[in-house]
Amino acid sequence: MNTPKRYSNFNATMAIAKASFRSITRSPSAVVFSLAFPLIFIVVFANIGGSGVSVDVAVAKTCDTTGPVYSALKKNPLVHFITNKTTAEMATSLSRGDIAAIINIQKNNTLPLYTINVQYSNASAQKGGVFKSELTNLYFRINSSTNNAPPTVAEVRSTTIKGREYKYIDFLLPGMLGFSLLSSGVFGTAFVFLSLRLTLVIKRFFATPVKKYSIVLGEALARLVFSLLGAVFIILVGHYWFGFTLIHGVVTVLNMLVLASIGLIIFMGFGFVISGIAKNESSVPPISNIITMPQFLLSGTFFSVTAFPVWLQTISKILPLTYLNDAMREVAFEGAGLGDVTHQLLILGAWFIGIYAVAVKTFKWE
Amino acid sequence: MADKPIITVKNLVKNYGDFAAVKGISFEVYEGEIFGLLGPNGAGKTTTLEVIETLRNKTSGEITVDGFDIETGADSIKQIIGVQLQAAGYYPNLNLSELINLFCGLYGINKTPLEMLEKVALTDKAKAKYKDLSGGQKQRFSIATTLINNPRIIFLDEPTTGLDPQARRNLWDLIREIRDAGTTVVITTHYMDEAEELCDRVAFVDGGHIIGIDTPNNFIDKLVAGGFERKKQVKLANLEDVFINMTGKEWREG
Repeated sequence: MNTPKRYSNFNATMAIAKASFRSITRSPSAVVFSLAFPLIFIVVFANIGGSGVSVDVAVAKTCDTTGPVYSALKKNPLVHFITNKTTAEMATSLSRGDIAAIINIQKNNTLPLYTINVQYSNASAQKGGVFKSELTNLYFRINSSTNNAPPTVAEVRSTTIKGREYKYIDFLLPGMLGFSLLSSGVFGTAFVFLSLRLTLVIKRFFATPVKKYSIVLGEALARLVFSLLGAVFIILVGHYWFGFTLIHGVVTVLNMLVLASIGLIIFMGFGFVISGIAKNESSVPPISNIITMPQFLLSGTFFSVTAFPVWLQTISKILPLTYLNDAMREVAFEGAGLGDVTHQLLILGAWFIGIYAVAVKTFKWE
Repeated sequence: MADKPIITVKNLVKNYGDFAAVKGISFEVYEGEIFGLLGPNGAGKTTTLEVIETLRNKTSGEITVDGFDIETGADSIKQIIGVQLQAAGYYPNLNLSELINLFCGLYGINKTPLEMLEKVALTDKAKAKYKDLSGGQKQRFSIATTLINNPRIIFLDEPTTGLDPQARRNLWDLIREIRDAGTTVVITTHYMDEAEELCDRVAFVDGGHIIGIDTPNNFIDKLVAGGFERKKQVKLANLEDVFINMTGKEWREG
């Protein structure tokens, strides 16, 4: 009989991690939830939120389009002139709120040289307001430049301090990372362990010298590596294509990855619990959705939690994803180190202890 | 061959709650034989195997496998046995080579996938997924995974259930080759023709008890000596012989 070399639990763990990683990368749902969905959300929402407001303004048929007032407005990036509508169409569009205003500039033979007639609508009050303030700015500018005389009563001097621009992507991307980790941790873990149990793969493993902890560790390692690679990919796409702010560059990315690991481990705890209580594979999605949907909606993934009414905010302030998102944003945009987000980390730590206490009770090997 | 016991089971009892699946059975398996546990479904065959394989705890009784007690030597036993489970699946999304590599890691053994697949004539399926194999191929692959750690004993739980006659005969040949290479084989089945053809000794299990252990030949001779006669005149061939004769012995991949 050949004498085998000492059995290595490490090698067994790595063999499982390798197998599991291969399996994850070949599983369409893992790739879709961890990479495709977050990226699609980023592309869609970054474009809705980011690329500036513009106000549609219809130009009346009798409007003077030769003077300085018209050309100044036309140059304004906020104003979008619509000239191809009939007078009747303009009226309906305005009453529906499809356009913000109808403008009609009249050239006069006496002073003032131009009269600007503007018609607004209640249906589009907000955009109308934007246009109104643009007109007011223009009004002061044109009047003062043509007179060339000092203002008679008062003068407004406005200065704008130069700050860091907080873009929507800076809010959105950490939320999307959280979403990716949440779905991979909860759905992925629950599905894998349930199906390994039901198809007796785990039982077959137990007939080999492998230890239980090697199985859990190997699976967790594979999911962690996959999710972190996904996170790096999302961060890089966000940074180079959408201008996501990384205050301290690589250090910030590393800090984010540490947070991502902590988040994933907690979310995997939910996955372990679900794999234990689900009877079959078709009961995994409903239970998982009960865990993920509230966090997806209430943890500040798309909008700030502060936009919610107070009673809803109290729910938000319980969910672990809220704190992961919070910590991520602090780290990425404010340049906080991990030591600056100890409050969030403490609450995540409490979740870790709680969920794994439940997981140990509910997890089933066979 | 000297009858040297490699597995000894004494008064094994296994209860699931109030239900007694195995009610005190004793037997020995000799080194180098093909030993069959025969009996109807639910007789306790699988439970008995799983206790010996260290996958289930016994309620009471004593079992030694190659000198190791199953209670104190479970880890040592796992190193020297190969196990094929009834209806077990394999890790999803991996091909056969990758699965063999996984098992090499689990056993801590360095072997190449081709080396193992060659033993069961599946080298051309190295890149195939387990779920895409035919029934016979699946069983042969399962047997390949049991051989990775050069086991002293392999356990096969109903390996031929659901296979067509050609695949079944092909698997018998494979099992005999394994036995001839020095590995002890413990097999469960509820097909008596299979046991008669394949097993060196068989034990009948019914209702959680062993009701007889002997070689298939001795069992038949004893029964005939007791005056038993088949109602129908035994012919020199049976319908399976006709089927094999007409369809050819060559194994189909389905």
